[in-house]
Formats: sequence, structure tokens, C-alpha cells
Amino acid sequence: MTALTRLLLSTPFRLALIYMGAFILAAGLTVGFIAWRANELLTTSVVETLRAEVVGLREQYQAGGPARLSAIIAERAADPGSSLYLLVDSAGQRAAGNLRQVPPELRDGAQRGVFTYIPQSGPAQGRPRVAVGVLFDVPGGLTLVVGRDIEDLRRFAWSMGRLGLWSIIILSALGVGGGLLISRSVLRRIETVNDTTRTIMAGDLSRRIPLNGSGDELDRLAESLNAMLSRIEELMGALREVSDNIAHDLKTPLNRLRNRAEAALRSSEGAGIYRDGLVKTIEEADELIKTFNSLLLIARLEGGAIAESMERLNPASIIADIAELYEPVADEAGLSLSVAAEPGLTLTANRELVSQAVANLVDNAIKYSPDGRRVNGAAAASPISIALKRVDQDIEITVGDRGPGVAPEDRQRALQRFVRLEKSRSRPGSGLGLSLVAAVARLHGGSIRLEDNAPGLRAVLNLPVNGPNHAVPVHAGQLREH
Amino acid sequence: MRVLVIEDDRETAQFLQRSLRESGHNADLAGDGETGLAMARDGGYEVLIVDRMLPLRDGLSIVQTLRGEGTRTPVLILSALGEVDDRVKGLRAGGDDYLTKPYQYTELLARIEALARRPAPEQQETRYVVGDLVLDRLSHKVVRGGEPIVLQPREFRLLEYLMKHAGQVVTRTMLLENVWDYHFDPQTNVIDVHISRLRSKIDKSFAKPLLHTVRGAGYMIRDGSD
Repeated sequence: MTALTRLLLSTPFRLALIYMGAFILAAGLTVGFIAWRANELLTTSVVETLRAEVVGLREQYQAGGPARLSAIIAERAADPGSSLYLLVDSAGQRAAGNLRQVPPELRDGAQRGVFTYIPQSGPAQGRPRVAVGVLFDVPGGLTLVVGRDIEDLRRFAWSMGRLGLWSIIILSALGVGGGLLISRSVLRRIETVNDTTRTIMAGDLSRRIPLNGSGDELDRLAESLNAMLSRIEELMGALREVSDNIAHDLKTPLNRLRNRAEAALRSSEGAGIYRDGLVKTIEEADELIKTFNSLLLIARLEGGAIAESMERLNPASIIADIAELYEPVADEAGLSLSVAAEPGLTLTANRELVSQAVANLVDNAIKYSPDGRRVNGAAAASPISIALKRVDQDIEITVGDRGPGVAPEDRQRALQRFVRLEKSRSRPGSGLGLSLVAAVARLHGGSIRLEDNAPGLRAVLNLPVNGPNHAVPVHAGQLREH
Repeated sequence: MRVLVIEDDRETAQFLQRSLRESGHNADLAGDGETGLAMARDGGYEVLIVDRMLPLRDGLSIVQTLRGEGTRTPVLILSALGEVDDRVKGLRAGGDDYLTKPYQYTELLARIEALARRPAPEQQETRYVVGDLVLDRLSHKVVRGGEPIVLQPREFRLLEYLMKHAGQVVTRTMLLENVWDYHFDPQTNVIDVHISRLRSKIDKSFAKPLLHTVRGAGYMIRDGSD
């Protein structure tokens, strides 16, 4: 398809054409009607004038007879630019006037009408002109014709008509041209969208539709499309990151597992070694499965797949349950676990996921706290604090510890997948704990940040009270009792 | 115990059959949904292990059909889909328990044994007795050898669950799911610490321990003289 046919087939151009057609039709009808009416009015008014003149002439006739009438007509006809007159006697001979003969258009009984005549004097002498005339009989066998030249009026009307025609032609040309211009600009902007999508489909996900800054509907459409593209790119990036990380971080333990199995197989020391090797292999496989599960869960959360299972719940009971779950662990590590929860709060969220997120935070806090038993044997020296409060439209859950903390420059990185800061490499864990918390926060439309607990680390989880979007329907039946 | 395994992966199915036989159970195999449903209908099995994705008829449909026909045989659903929503769907279809692949055989064994011996709801006991340990579910009192033992509410529920399944292996995941209602895997082994606290309350001052650790599987409460 050539550019021209594409242009001619475009929706804006077709709309312009339809609009133009309707406009020309309406304008033509209006102009035609006005012209017809004007002509009518003109003729009628001329005829009226002629009638009045005829009445005057008849009075002259009654006063002075045929001779006087003929004299007056001769006198009037002599004036340049006068009306047209003709007085014919009973024998059909011209008695007076500036018309050569009775116009044939008035001869057969018509009392009035338009006729052509050839003037015998004046500037237009010898050329036929148009006139309106009235014919009537004067007693005594005389016939009187009084007419008025309307050639100039006709000319004027014609030129007006031509003017109208030309303006319609010019308007049409302008309309078609304008339609083409508008459709071309619209088409060009749509073409850029098409080009961009084709490039993106070909693999360049970073391309965006250029905006022209006018803020019109095409710009807004482009903006929405760009936002969608960014989201897709983000998701693709996350996917690629997951596969990169799987390749990088899962291959290592897989390789370890394989080496162990191979070593056990090669060993000639018998069943005991085999057994040991198999037990360790299974342990290693279990760890791998756990890591895989976390990864899959994070990926699914980031895809936003679990949004439908949100319910209205009481965040204080989530905190209390997790604190209760971890209290013995903290106690065993010589740490105290304190909970400060604002009462009466509600939260639209997925209980399981928020519980898991808080559990991960508490787990980390315990893992990175110095062993309380070695610090003067006083548990209070190293407390872990869990706090819950409402901040504006958010529920804020804070888990603080008195451990070594995380340096400000490392805090953002600590939230990424598999990132285990150097100091923690020796401790158990997959490095997915915090990134799972981050994914849960994002799914709920919230956020996680790490702060200085002076000393120690404070993780702050923000979750919007009403869930990721306020449109989430909350049914009475979904209210969870605690 | 007669078990029917409806699983389309031959190797998994045969591994289960062999392992169940070693554990003293008799397992039949069905390789697709229609065969599985037909066998479940007239087989007189004590437990059904149903994979969720099967050829000819999917696992949830088998469970729904059986439940619709009034069959009450306990069903353990196996699935690669492990999210909260999938689990809820599985249980809503009429499954009694839900296990996500990949699983440990010990976990599966503990679960089907718990399912097979589960009493019908109307005949649940109000008192559990193991040796000289007595738990009264109505008054929430625990007594061992005539001495009252004070337990926290969660410890009570933990002990209740263990005693309900006395003589059976109960895994950490089963405890987390049934006592705490969590379906995720805490990074630290929190359950072990809770168990050791409970153990210190019910076993410490008594000569004969009742709460045993089953290596590589979980825990079991049992009167040692059995």
C-alpha cells in the first residue's frame, strides 16, 4: 500500500470528506434558495413599479386621449436610461416608444413577463438585453407595453452566482487539503506508534513512543502505552534477573551436590560413605528446593498473581502470632522480643504473605543480633523490637535489632535477590529473605526500607491500609476474626 | 493399610509403591484420571493419593466426583502448584490434605497415616490419654501422673495435635500448618524450639519420656511401653 492510498483510506481523511460533502450540499442549497428568492423579489418589485407607471399613463390617456398619451410616451422614451415603452395603434403600427415591436414573449395573452429586446440607442445599442414588461390594452384599440431593463440586475445576479460557485469550489479544495493535512499529521503520529511497537516486537524493549508535549488524547494514549511498556520491561528485566540468578546461584550448590554424589560413588570405603554421601545429597537437595520455592514465590508475587486473595484482617494479631512463633527462638538465643502494637487497626492484605514477610524480618533480626547470652548474660542488652502503628494511609510494621546493622550504601542492595552482604556470607540462608519481603510489600502496594536503629538495623514495612488499590471489594464474609 | 496412588508419572508412582510397601502398606497404582476414579470407587482403599494434573480427568474432578457420590475416603492431593489459592481450591474440592511437590517421602507417609486414622468428626474424643499424660479438651487442663501442667494456649494446641496423632509421626510442616495455620517455611527451625519447650514441661521431671524425636521425619508422642 502506498503512502497516498494509506492516507486516502485513513479514518480522519474519510471523516473530513464526509463532513465536507455534507457542508457543500447544505451551502449549495442555501445559496440556491437565496438566489431564487432574490430573483423573484426583484421581478415582482419591478412589475409593481411598472403597474404604478401604467396607472399614471392611463390617467393621462383619460385626460388627453391617444394624442396626449403618445406625446408623453415619446417624451419619456427620449430620456436616456428611461423605462421601455411601446404604444401600438389598432392597425399594429408603432405610435410611440423606444421599443421596435411588441415582444413575442408578451404577445399571446401574457400580461407580464421577461423578454429580450435590442436597444436602438445608448451604449448597448444593437445588443440584446433582458427586460421585464407589462402589456395592456388601452381603450380605442391601442396596446401599451411598459418595460424596464433588468440586464444589469441579471448580470449582477449571475456574477454573484459565479462568486458563490467559486467560493464553494475553493472551500472544497481547502477542505480536502485540510483533511489530507490533518489526516497526514494524525497518521504520522500513529505511524510513529506503529514503528515503535514494531521495533519493540523485534526485541528492543527500551524504545518508547515520542510525545509531542501537547497533552492531547494521542499524547495521553502514548503516555499510557509508554507506562505499559515500562512495566513490561520491568517484568522482563525481573524475569531475566531471576534466570541469571538461577544460573549463577543455583548452579553452585547443584555442582556441590553433584561432586558429593560423585565422590561418594568413587570412594571404595563401603556402605557407610555411601550413606553419608546420600544423606548430605538429600540435605543439599532440600535446601535447593527451598531456594527454588522462594524464587518462584517472589516471581509470582512480582507478576501480581495473588492479588485476589486479599482480605480484611487485624495486623496486630499477625504481629502477635509471629512474635509468639519466634519468642522461644529469641529466648534461646538470649534475646528479648518486645511488641508494641497500636490496637484497633485493620489492613487489607494476604495474611499468609504478610505473616511470612514479618517472619522473615524477625528471623533476620534474630540471626544478626549478637548472642545475648554472651553479653553479660542479660537478655535485655540486645532486644528485638516489633512495632505496629498507623502512618497516614499506611500500616507501618517496624522490626528493629541491636546487631551490626547495614551500612547506608549497602541498604538498597540488601533488598535485592541473592545479595548477601559479605559479613553474612558465613551464616545460613539463601539471601532471598529480604527480597521476598520487598516483593510482598510491592504486591500490596507498599514498600520496605532499611534504617539505622542506632545501633542496629531497623526494617520498616509499609502496607496501605486499603490494599494495593482502593477498589478491592471487601465482603462482610471476608472479615477474618481473631 | 491399602492405598491407591493416582499418579501419571510412572517413576514417581513406582517409587511411592515401593516405599509404601517398605513402610508396611499396600499400594495400587492408577496412571490416569478415569482408571483412578474407577478403582477408587470399588477398591475399598483407606487413603487416596491423587496427583492434581492427570491425563483424561484431573485430580480435583476425581475428588469432587467421589465426594458427590458420598465416598468419604480421605484424600491427599499432590500438586506442583503450591500457592495459597491452589491449596484452598484443593481443600474446597474435598481433599483432606494438600502436599506440594517436591515433597519428602517421610512427610507424605506421616500425612497419609494421620489421614487414615483420623476419626470421623462426630466421634472425636474429648480426652486424649498417652501413658500417664491426660489432656482434657473441654476444660483445657493437662495432667501428668496426677500433677497438673500449666501450658500456654499455643503449647496446649501443640500438645493436643500431637496427642490426637499419638503413635504417629507428625512432621514440622504438619505442626506449622495445623497448630499455627502457616503454610510457609520459616527459615529457622522454630518448631523444634517450641517442641523443646513443651518437652521441658511435660517430660522433664518424669522418668519416662513421652515426646520423641523421629530422626529425619518429625516428632511422635507415644507411651514407651507400647
